[in-house]
Amino acid sequence: MLVRNVYNEKTIKKIPTRNGYGDALVELGKRNKDIVVLTGDLTDSTRVNLFAEKFPDRFFEIGVAEQNMMGVAAGMALIGKVPFVSSYAVFNPGRNWDQLRVSVCYSQANVKIIGAHAGLSVGPDGATHQALEDIAITRCLPNLIVIVPCDVHETQKAIIAAAKITGPVYIRIAREATPVFTPENSPFKIGKADVLRKGHHITLVGCGPLLYEALQAANSLSKEGIEVEVINCHTIKPIDKKTLIDSAKKTEAVITIEEHQVHGGLGSAVAEVLSEHYPVPIKMIGVEDSFGESGDPEELLIKYGLHRSKIMETARKMLKSLMK
Amino acid sequence: MVVKKTKTKKKIDQDMLPVIANEIRRDIINMLFTAGSGHSGGSLGMADIFTSLYFAVLNHDPKKPNWDDRDRVFLSNGHICPVQYATLAHAGYFPTSELKTLRQLGSRLQGHPHHLDLPGVENSSGPLGQGISQAVGAALALRLDHKKNYVYCLMSDGELNEGQIWEAYMLAAKHKLNNLTAIIDRNNIQIDGYTENVMPLEPLADKFKAFGWHVLEVNGHNIPEIVNTLEESKVVYEKPVVIIAHTIPGKGISFMENKFEWHGKTPNKNERDLAIKELMNERRHYVSS
Repeated sequence: MLVRNVYNEKTIKKIPTRNGYGDALVELGKRNKDIVVLTGDLTDSTRVNLFAEKFPDRFFEIGVAEQNMMGVAAGMALIGKVPFVSSYAVFNPGRNWDQLRVSVCYSQANVKIIGAHAGLSVGPDGATHQALEDIAITRCLPNLIVIVPCDVHETQKAIIAAAKITGPVYIRIAREATPVFTPENSPFKIGKADVLRKGHHITLVGCGPLLYEALQAANSLSKEGIEVEVINCHTIKPIDKKTLIDSAKKTEAVITIEEHQVHGGLGSAVAEVLSEHYPVPIKMIGVEDSFGESGDPEELLIKYGLHRSKIMETARKMLKSLMK
Repeated sequence: MVVKKTKTKKKIDQDMLPVIANEIRRDIINMLFTAGSGHSGGSLGMADIFTSLYFAVLNHDPKKPNWDDRDRVFLSNGHICPVQYATLAHAGYFPTSELKTLRQLGSRLQGHPHHLDLPGVENSSGPLGQGISQAVGAALALRLDHKKNYVYCLMSDGELNEGQIWEAYMLAAKHKLNNLTAIIDRNNIQIDGYTENVMPLEPLADKFKAFGWHVLEVNGHNIPEIVNTLEESKVVYEKPVVIIAHTIPGKGISFMENKFEWHGKTPNKNERDLAIKELMNERRHYVSS
């Protein structure tokens, strides 16, 4: 589902997805006394300051020690707590992957891992802080659910849904204010992809705030007579095979788009499903085996080929080549 | 003596603890011989500490392994799990007959311990450094729930090379976790040789003190001393406690003692027979004295 003014960039609201995390945590904290929150010296920027103010006893400042933080969360979960481990995605799960693998996933510990400031759109901080590999290193782990919400509303829903599940969940959030294009009260189900826009020429599968670029591209392509089906594949694992296969059967051509390396991310996950069940041509849009750099988020998306114009160009080329 | 039916510390005569430890050592030797791979040195070296914990100190009930009010034991250096498995079996968590399945396909006794597999195993471990963080997390969570349980974390000295350990030690001190006791198996060896050659740890007690912990030291083979030290650790109210337990790797088997070559090696048939013979001789000494 989409908001009414989805294509009007002048009126659409822009809010960072991380705000949805902070707000949802406060809601959860009121409802469930077992919710605890851990951070590694990034209280404000991961938005857990709101929880910390309301529930200081259940807030744990671990310091700049992400490996320990993941292990501490696992230990808390073994006693019955529901820990939310909050840091930047480059550190969490980047720095503490071994602890995520053994202390959390192997143990099926009920830990929620929040990777903030993910993607190129962190901007000026540059390559070291732009997580472009987190989906690859999380979706390969048994027992771990991987979610990439597309806007602030979906982030709130994903956080609430993750708390209802007993077991580890990774949720990727972002720093920048991005369009709020899904309604506050639309349904959200982990593992169920949403068809945001119907079309029959090409399927465009995306995740995260970049889906807005996909929607704008689809809207413009429609004016050229190209009807694009846009799928919000917010759950990378377990992936919604049925929705992907059904759409591929209809369009026979798929483009994926993500703010992540093309190796190992959403595109790879979609290709794994379709190559086995319904092989169709796939074009993956993402970062092409390189690190990022400093710059404004908008500039970076253009430079690294993640902008709507790149999507439109890819769609046109793909259709042309398939018609031969 | 029927050790395996014994449930709690109250029913064990302290004089019998060395006999139990001896029995656990024999099981370790047989398990490792049958498995054909695993870690002998640390497993044998920690038998007296495991025995003291499970048969004299812990508040636990092997018939109710998930009892809320139990003390928690986290094993951080999972590779010494043969001693953990043998101790848990003797305490009554699962049948001793299962010990021979160590490391076999389909066994609950994994090469490194998995808490979802076996009752009494509180955490999954193997990659070093992770158990202490989990123990700190458990101690924090129990305190949040106003619980009185104690949390113990068994660690190796070689493991202290891991940076994660020191992150966890800082956090425990920050929160003055007086419900947490770490026990370091100070046997001076690790895979590549002596700890002081591989990565010097000394002055170890000073390091722990500087990190805000209360430090106790113990002879890791003197069971009355171990029990007393563990009891003493409970009444330190201001700080987490670390017990540096001076142990002999391969303890009880003359040709294994203090040899780092036996860290990750198992006995062949001849060595097994010799080891069992030595342990039987030692047992006769305890039982007749």
